[in-house]
Amino acid sequence: MEVSRRTFLKATGGSLLAGILGFNLKPARSYAETLPIRYAKETTTICPFCAVGCGIIVHSQNGKVINTEGDPDHPINEGSLCSKGAALYQIVNNPVRLTKPRYRAPGAKEWKEVDWDWALDEIAKRIKKTRDETFVRRNAKGQVVNRCDGIAHVGSAALDNEECYILQKWLRSLGIVYIEHQARI
Amino acid sequence: MTNHWIDIRNADVILIMGSNAAENHPISFKWVMEAKKRGAKLISVDPRFTRTSAKADIYAPLRSGTDIAFLNGMIKYIIDNNLYDEFYVKHYTNAPFLVNPDFKMPGELDGVFSGYDPVKRKYDKSTWSFQKDENGVIKKDFSLQNPHCVFQLLKKHVSRYTLEMVEKITGTPKDKLVEIYKTYASTGRPDRSATIMYAMGWTQHTVGTQIIRAMAIIQLLLGNIGVAGGGVNALRGESNVQGSTDHCLLFHILPGYLKTPRASQQTLKQYNDKYTPKTKEPMSANWWGNYPKYSVSLLKAFFGKNATKENDFGYEWLPKLDDGQNASWIMLFHEMYLGKFKGFFAWGQNPACSGTNAGKVRKALAKLEWMVNVNIFDNETGSFWRGPDMKPEEIKTEVFQLPAAASCEKEGSITNSGRWAQWRYKAVDPPGEAKPDSWIINELYWRVRKLYEKEGGTYPEPILNLDWSYGPKNPEGKVIKIDPHEIAKEINGYFLEDKVVKGRLFKKGTLVPSFAYLQDDGSTSSGNWLYCGSYTEAGNMMARRSKKDPTGIGLYPEWAWCWPVNRRILYNRASVDEYGRPRNPKKPVIYWNGSKWVGDVPDGGWPPLVNKDKTRLAFIMKPHGVAHIFGPGRKDGPFPEHYEPLECPIEANPLHGTRINPAVKLFYENGKGLPEDIYLNADKRYPYVATTYRVTEHWQTGVLTRHLPWQLEMMPQNFVEISEELAKEKGIKSGDKVIVSSARGKVWAIAIVTKRFKPFKIMNTTVHQVGLPWCFGWQYPEDGSGGDSSNLLTPTIGDANTMIPETKAFMVNIEKA
Repeated sequence: MEVSRRTFLKATGGSLLAGILGFNLKPARSYAETLPIRYAKETTTICPFCAVGCGIIVHSQNGKVINTEGDPDHPINEGSLCSKGAALYQIVNNPVRLTKPRYRAPGAKEWKEVDWDWALDEIAKRIKKTRDETFVRRNAKGQVVNRCDGIAHVGSAALDNEECYILQKWLRSLGIVYIEHQARI
Repeated sequence: MTNHWIDIRNADVILIMGSNAAENHPISFKWVMEAKKRGAKLISVDPRFTRTSAKADIYAPLRSGTDIAFLNGMIKYIIDNNLYDEFYVKHYTNAPFLVNPDFKMPGELDGVFSGYDPVKRKYDKSTWSFQKDENGVIKKDFSLQNPHCVFQLLKKHVSRYTLEMVEKITGTPKDKLVEIYKTYASTGRPDRSATIMYAMGWTQHTVGTQIIRAMAIIQLLLGNIGVAGGGVNALRGESNVQGSTDHCLLFHILPGYLKTPRASQQTLKQYNDKYTPKTKEPMSANWWGNYPKYSVSLLKAFFGKNATKENDFGYEWLPKLDDGQNASWIMLFHEMYLGKFKGFFAWGQNPACSGTNAGKVRKALAKLEWMVNVNIFDNETGSFWRGPDMKPEEIKTEVFQLPAAASCEKEGSITNSGRWAQWRYKAVDPPGEAKPDSWIINELYWRVRKLYEKEGGTYPEPILNLDWSYGPKNPEGKVIKIDPHEIAKEINGYFLEDKVVKGRLFKKGTLVPSFAYLQDDGSTSSGNWLYCGSYTEAGNMMARRSKKDPTGIGLYPEWAWCWPVNRRILYNRASVDEYGRPRNPKKPVIYWNGSKWVGDVPDGGWPPLVNKDKTRLAFIMKPHGVAHIFGPGRKDGPFPEHYEPLECPIEANPLHGTRINPAVKLFYENGKGLPEDIYLNADKRYPYVATTYRVTEHWQTGVLTRHLPWQLEMMPQNFVEISEELAKEKGIKSGDKVIVSSARGKVWAIAIVTKRFKPFKIMNTTVHQVGLPWCFGWQYPEDGSGGDSSNLLTPTIGDANTMIPETKAFMVNIEKA
């Protein structure tokens, strides 16, 4: 008979072994029976690192990610992950994540936390001002070019397809032509 | 990738060159090992003996930047030994095409092709053309004997790449060259295939495009494109860099690889005429002939009802670049340094570490008035003003740093290197006030729009006419909850009116099933024609999870969705003979059953080649229907030629009098240019060849991994690998802190003395090569214990075609700290 960890624990029982091992296995047994992912919500995702596109299962409970692991049903990785993919857990549970918009004023030596509304309005104002100041209707040859020469943009291959699409659509509607990202470098 | 990850298992020979898949695409190696288990031979060619090399049947070193010499030597070997696939070469490539008799090659013109202008550093390509008959059809010689045919020209071109010459340039021993050439060329038979796995080790050179061209020529000569276990496979490094490229966050292209308009194309007609290729080739599908259907459908997706036939579908609202203007990465930061831009978005990217010549990039950021930095972690770009050598009190740049959601805190699709678009679900809310990127984009769109509505401003039309219907709107018209499904549907495209196409009636408002149904009259929309079919009336194709594998070669056609039209292996009609029978019956990709193709989605449903009046040639994206062995579209020559990197250890090109790629843009020459852009070739102060690379534990500049305690613990700080021989010469021991410097900057690193690097013999002199990762930065770990970006060393120079920076070959010095 093959003895897996689970059947081993079932068959022997913690207390019986206690005398042989010199310690009690009871806590280990009860832990195994209530593995935290047992009642967790399973969500499938794709690894955010390289472009192999490995499947990952995210286990969450009460709005918190409690475990991430390779998706065994995914035909590319069949459950395996590299060390980065296996660390997705630490991307979501991370004390140094940015959690509030921040602003650095000209000449300032520190960041200042700000409200979203303020940040977005201030950015919008700057976009409009710069666009209005640097917009080129016609180039030196007199051709209509309708572009905004005063703003540049880079990023990002880390965005979803849908985000990439609306981002470039919006940037192009502003007339921005200096649009680049990771694919160039 | 023309093929996909699982397909690697179908290869008989795998060449990994210009990449280190075992470390940088670790799970891809699952399929490399599976191929090996089935008898495949693995070849690793790399300046350094990597973990990929450790699993290889054959390993060979080569000096960074000499890949073309290595590959042209292989082309010569294949032709000299008659190892090419004659059927394939004649039917599926332009090898039989007759070239203009005035066309001259580097062997005749001291290193350049005909038409070179040394002042402009540009080619007049008029002689890079084909001979045509009175009907305008290209003349061909199917015996491949005519001295002007592509095949004979290629043979002549590579005749200079003898084993002796290749060894002299690359430093690869002759016996290794022969062993690799012989092994790889063994796949010139229809029943064998070979694949190439490459990455930035090939693209990040001044000759990057031509390295890949050389490999594509090899794959075509051996009949390895369109087949299982074959193809030309770029291992892309970011989870959605394929998708972000497809959706064209790039200066030169619009979604689906349409061109960005230029100033000389003032009307939609001028634009469409310019980019719609024409051919007189009777058997060519010339798929890009559909260009206007895709451009008009894109404009309809951009501007919705506001795009009408009368207003050229809003074409005027798209910005136009000047003719010849290059707005690519290096130019962008160069212009920024010169003060061109007031505002800048660094969105999900860290150019202060990822940009070549990062010291110049950091100085450029200080010239901005304002910057918006969107990320999930702080980074060297957003915080550049408090970085090394910066004086915050003197830096006027305002910075807004916006916290973004991570991958599993939002919903949407990403596209892997094998072109599979896969749907991801939201598991949890982002932490604190962090928001999905789509939320941030929607807010900024709305607020800028409101300002223009309220205050007016310069040319508000494109902003006010933009269609933005991505979810429920409030009474003011603002999208209050942006829905990725709505965006995905717009990308796919709709019928905008009742329409009969190909005998089928499609009702207004239904999703277009495939790009074959898109129209150029404004009756359809599609935000990206290549993704048409990804989200249809049958549902979200990208979310599929069926593991059916009817062909048995691992295509998994109902797992997720793959562009184009769910075709898993591109150019698959080149895998069959003239009757539509698989040339490799053991691994058939498709076959003709007498009335239709069975297997993978074919490159069009036309019958096989024997049906001369109804068939279409296999390479449908090429105007003449065949693959380009002779590639006149490139800026630096129709055939690949070896040129030295901008910075290299030797003074002259061993082949001829043209040292570097003659068509690259130089930023510094003869003492002229910005001091930041200086380069020094064959200079005693910087005697060692250097290259950069990645490690398994970190990702790109490390922003997403340095902040993870597990990853940082495994790989805590910058290092430089040096050979035992060089270490002895310099008195450096493993663990010593050293300073690595180039003409442009310096970084500290911990020395790793290793057998993985060996000195090269180049032109009878000893050349040392060293290597560093580029995943570290000053901002985190906060105590500075990680070191800084190795891109502080790299040069301001890019590939002649793509302007991808040359960060894989440059010159450095090493001294003990």
